[in-house]
This record gives sequence, C-alpha cells and structure tokens, in this order.
Amino acid sequence: MLHSVTIAAGEGEVPTGIWLFIPPDYDILWSAVALVAIALLFWKKVLPTFTKILDERTELIQGGIAKAESAQAEAQEALAEYTRQLAEARAEAGRIREAARAEGSVIVAELRTKASEDAARILENAQRQIEAERQQAAQSLKAEVGALATDLASRIVGESLADSARQSRVIDRFLDELEASTADQR
Amino acid sequence: MRAPGPADLGECALITAATNHLLAASGEDGGFPIPSMGEFFPAPIFFEGTIFEFNRMTLVRLVATIVLVALFWVVTNRARLVPGRAQNIAEMGLDFVRVNIAEEILGKQHARPFIPLLTTMFFAIFALNITGVIPFLNIASTSVVAVPMLLAVASFVAFIYAGIKAHGAVGYLRTTLFPSGVPWPIYIILAPIELLSTFVLRPATLTIRLMANMLAGHLLLVLFFGMTHWLFLEADGALKGVGVITLGAAIAFTVFEIFISALQAYIFTLLTAVYINLSQEAH
Repeated sequence: MLHSVTIAAGEGEVPTGIWLFIPPDYDILWSAVALVAIALLFWKKVLPTFTKILDERTELIQGGIAKAESAQAEAQEALAEYTRQLAEARAEAGRIREAARAEGSVIVAELRTKASEDAARILENAQRQIEAERQQAAQSLKAEVGALATDLASRIVGESLADSARQSRVIDRFLDELEASTADQR
Repeated sequence: MRAPGPADLGECALITAATNHLLAASGEDGGFPIPSMGEFFPAPIFFEGTIFEFNRMTLVRLVATIVLVALFWVVTNRARLVPGRAQNIAEMGLDFVRVNIAEEILGKQHARPFIPLLTTMFFAIFALNITGVIPFLNIASTSVVAVPMLLAVASFVAFIYAGIKAHGAVGYLRTTLFPSGVPWPIYIILAPIELLSTFVLRPATLTIRLMANMLAGHLLLVLFFGMTHWLFLEADGALKGVGVITLGAAIAFTVFEIFISALQAYIFTLLTAVYINLSQEAH
C-alpha cells in the first residue's frame, strides 16, 4: 500500500496536545542544521555574487549610455567645428573676391586713365602735325598762289603789271585780304 | 461489501458515503488506510533517543536542503554578467524576494539589511514545502513544528531588532504598546492587547499557519491517493469506478499543493517584512 511505501520506516511515537507544538530536541537540531546551511548559502555566497553581478550590469549599461553620450557630444563638437570652418572659408572667399574686385577696378581705372592719356597724346600729336602741315601748306600756297595769280593776272591784264614794284604791291594787298578772310573764317 | 447508494447522489456525497463505509471497515483485513498523525512522526532510523535522532522527516528535510544548496551553488558559480537560462530563473526568484517583498514593503534603504533573512526564509520554506508533492519524498518537513517555529523565532528576533534599532529599546516598547493618537484610558485595554498580539500572536500564528497548511495538505493527498489505491485494487464492482474521481481529486490537490507551497513561502516572508516595517515605523 501507498501508506507503507511513503512511510518506509513506519510510525514512531505520536505526540498529543500541546506537545504537537513543542518540537523535540533532535528536530530542532536538524531543522537548525538545514536552515543555517540555507541561510549561510544565501547570505555568504548567493546574494553577494548576484548583487555584484547586478551592480556590474548596471554599471555596464550606464557606461554604455555615457559612452554614447560622449560620442554624441564629440560628433556635435565636430559638426560645430566643421560649420565654423565652413563659415570661415566662406568669409575668406568673400574677402578674396572683394579684394580681387577692388584690384580689378583699380586696374581698369588705371588702364582707362592710360588709354585716355594715350588718346590725348595721339590727338595732340595729330593736331600738331596737322597744324605743321597746314602752316607748311599755307607757306607753299602763299608762294605759289602769288606767282600763279600774278602770272594769271599779267596774262589777263597784259604788260601793265610787268612793273615789279606794282606787282609786289598788288600781290601783298591781295594776300593780306586773303589772310584776313581766312582768319575770319577760323 | 455493499456498493453505496445510487450514482445521482453527487460526488461529495458519494465520497462521504464511501469514506464512512470504509471507516467502519478500517482495521479489518484489507481495510481502507486512514491517514493519521503518525504520518508526521516516523520511527527513528539512527541515533534513537539522542539529540541526533534521525528519522524519515529529517532525511527528507536534509535532502531538500542539499538539493536547494546544490542548485544555487552551481548557478552562483556559473553566474555571468549575461545570464543563461538557469541564472535567469534564479535571478527571477531572488529579484522577486528583493523587489516584490523586501523593497516594496520596507523601501529600498531599509530593506538592505533584511534581504538575506527574507531570501533565506522564502527559499527555505519553499524547498521544504515542495517535498510534499515530490515522489518518494512525499512529505513536507514544514508540517512538523520545528522548522516553522525556528523560522518564526528568526522573524521575531528580526522585527524586535528592527524596532530597537529604529527607536531604542524603551522607544520601541512605547511605540508598540502605547500607539499615539489614542486617549489615555484606552491604553488600559490597548497595551495588553498590543503586547499579546505583537509578542505572542505574531510568532505563534506564523508557526501554526505554515505548519497547519502543510499538515492539512499532506493529509488530503494521503487521503485521496490512499483511497484511489484501495478503490482500484481492493474494492469490488462498481465501487472501483469511484476511484477515478478520487484520482482526479488527488491530482488536483497535488497541483494545489504546489501552489500552496509557494504561497506559504510568500506569506511567511511577506508577513516578516510587514512586521519589520511596523517595528520601524513610529505609530
């Protein structure tokens, strides 16, 4: 029967009344042995080990979080640095462009000045040359026109103007008139 | 033997009838085994009559202890930062006591010194209770008074220590026996009640609750399994069929007993934490 299977050693003396609640000395001893063994196990071994592991785990997780945070801060710093450098480069580029533009305008102005000076000089030379040529032409005209006119007039008038004194008087008067009219025109 | 009444009497009535019938037959040849208190007081095996007297109950108790110690020893030695399956289960149990019992009731700060005690209580009670449903062990060594009483003494010492540490010896007695906010004539009645309830009833109820639960559970299991055994093998005719019902009840009570094992461990530990908390708090 189950009864005899479970209770291999059979039944001992059964306490009655209050003795049910007062343990025999050997029961206290063996219970204490069991409980003290379990207590020592948890107190000295299990709990310290698992507390340590829990702490380590917490530390690891916190360390990971801190590492991620520092990485993020670093990245942000790098971004700020990059942005700053970019802005600096842009400003530099702007400055260079401005300088170039200023330099360019200076060069243009210089060139313009030089060109206008050249032009003025060329113009002056040309005028001077023209004046010289005009004077030369006037001189030669003066001589030739006199002779031509005398010649022509002598031919028309005949021998009357052969007298050289008269001739030169007539020519001078004619030339003076001519010159006066030219001066009026100019 | 005669078959009991008609089948429509219902399960309970049938069992009662069968039991009554069998009780009358007990003691006769092949009679039904009635579980008795003798179950809990087996004959000594070694060292009879000395303080080292060793019986079946003691054997079961030591087996449970050795298994518990061995399991936790192995798991603790293999404990890693990244837990395996066994370590997860162990951590779940340890966290249950630490977080759901100790820290929830005492608060994180006050719980710390009592965590080893509470953890020991919970696992020791559960290990010693669960042997009641383990084949071949089949008895919970918490169903005799020694273990519950020692644990209740530990609880008693713990909550008095907590009280004295928080308020001093005199302060603790004053806050316990003369809770503030009560008109003084009430103290004439209140002080003796508080004295009795705190220093006598607390440890007594802790002891008796655990012991009686495990004792009753074992008796129920023996009753149902014994009855099933007898009904199947020795009862005649239709009475054998009743054995199916008693077997079902036995299995149901086995499952229930597993639950009770854990529940009693939880209640004992929880109440110890509550008593420690009541000692620490000023009334």
